[in-house]
Amino acid sequence: MSTQYTLTTREDRARARRRRSRRHMAISGISAVVVLGGLTARILTASGWPTFHRTFLSGHWFAVSFGSILSGFWLDVRMFLIIEAGVLALALAIALIRTFDTPVLFPLKLICIGFVDVMRGVPTILLIYLFGFGVPTLNLKGLPTDPVVLGGIALGLNYSAYVSEVLRAGLMSVHPSQGSAALALGLTPAQALRTVIVPQAVRNVVPPLLNDFIALTKDVALVSIIGPQEAARVAQIFQAQYFNFTPLMAAAALYLCVTIPLIRVVDHLQWRRIRQRGSALALGPR
Amino acid sequence: MSDVEAGLVGSPDSTGAPAGAPVLEIRGLTKSYGGIEVLKGIDLAVGENQAFALIGASGSGKSTLLRCIDLLEEIDDGDIFLDGEPITVPGLNPVPIRRKLGLVFQAFNLFPHMRVIDNVTLGAIKAQKLDHTEAREAGLALLARFGLESRARDYPDRLSGGQQQRVAIARAMLTRPRALLLDEVTSALDPELVGDVLELIRELKQEGATMILATHEMSFARDVADQVCFLEDGRIVEQGSPEQILSAPREAATQRFLARLIKANRL
Repeated sequence: MSTQYTLTTREDRARARRRRSRRHMAISGISAVVVLGGLTARILTASGWPTFHRTFLSGHWFAVSFGSILSGFWLDVRMFLIIEAGVLALALAIALIRTFDTPVLFPLKLICIGFVDVMRGVPTILLIYLFGFGVPTLNLKGLPTDPVVLGGIALGLNYSAYVSEVLRAGLMSVHPSQGSAALALGLTPAQALRTVIVPQAVRNVVPPLLNDFIALTKDVALVSIIGPQEAARVAQIFQAQYFNFTPLMAAAALYLCVTIPLIRVVDHLQWRRIRQRGSALALGPR
Repeated sequence: MSDVEAGLVGSPDSTGAPAGAPVLEIRGLTKSYGGIEVLKGIDLAVGENQAFALIGASGSGKSTLLRCIDLLEEIDDGDIFLDGEPITVPGLNPVPIRRKLGLVFQAFNLFPHMRVIDNVTLGAIKAQKLDHTEAREAGLALLARFGLESRARDYPDRLSGGQQQRVAIARAMLTRPRALLLDEVTSALDPELVGDVLELIRELKQEGATMILATHEMSFARDVADQVCFLEDGRIVEQGSPEQILSAPREAATQRFLARLIKANRL
């Protein structure tokens, strides 16, 4: 006679799965309510809450300041878009010059290495000061004197150094056999770069690239230290005038309107990558 | 049937080659990497419509030889002639010469960011400056001939290894190369996928393609090749008809190599 085993049916497994997912949902729901609710309650019952509410979340001061801050923010957006385009172009040029050996470009390669070292090694805020006040002092014809332009250039050079390193990593991640295959088809080295190497390099580093761009959207505010009235600056002027911090909250909210969608895009891309390649965090079925 | 329907574009190459000159001829070719000599004086000639098989163990220099012929490596000494013209003259631009040759890699090396059809037509459009629509039509016709018409709009990673390698052959074939260089094109394939690719190469040979193929498939070499050449340690040890080399090798080294294959059940 054969051994009598207890057999698990398909229904048993489905029921277990349902039970587990119900339990997971209950646990996450309850812990969210407890943690977030507790924190909210703690803040709302704090003795300083009424004062905080008056100085940081005042509807009146929000209404008064929002229009000017929004027009200041428009300057941020324009600066961001222009600097962004410049950074991409310059960073790609630097990355290409540093990655590929061409005798003609050798001096340029040395310059690029020095440039990236210096630009990455100096605090952004100092660069903006130095450009904003240094360049006009030179009194050279043809050089811009507008602080928006000078601050933008300083910020752009700074970010180009960082982004060029990201792109360089991308270029090095493309397997050499891809270059061989392109050349074997009769493409010129320049065509091989343009159609085969660079597109794959950029694709490989999209998440870190976008991360740098999110940082740039916020660092545009640093340019205000040499004068331009962008959102953070406008908000700060209001705050200094009326001793109310609500305008700063309004400026912060405007920044979030741009950065959060960008952050979600990065998250989505990273998640997709993990799904394609499999995650290092796979710990088996749970 | 027009060329485009046949899946080929570009003009059939009629260079002013001396009559009877081999398509490819190599004399005294040497190549070393970092002080290690990988090719130690190779001489061979491949005639029109001939298939030339290179056999030999891994590391014997087969791949390097093919890469040298396609001018992807700079050679140290010797000469390579294509249709009687020297192509390894220092200072000569390699790009136009590579356009006359088709190289297929062991690991396919398809471009993962391009659809199958764009992989196939890239060379025709970018390198040979052919009309976009014409290249596309020819590419689709060639894919259809290779049984891949339904995969034209897929990305390479959606295809099986055998399908990817057939796409790679189509990519190398489309612009009617003077010679096809096939570098162990079935070595990275699962056994059940090898047959399709070999069948395709057999067809190309019957249609008159000139080819040099590095291969580990001895029965295939016997079948398709007009000449078989055994390479060991960067030298051609023995060369002759497939029957002679594979059934009655004269050299001890060739006998040893074949004996090892028989032992491993690969012959």
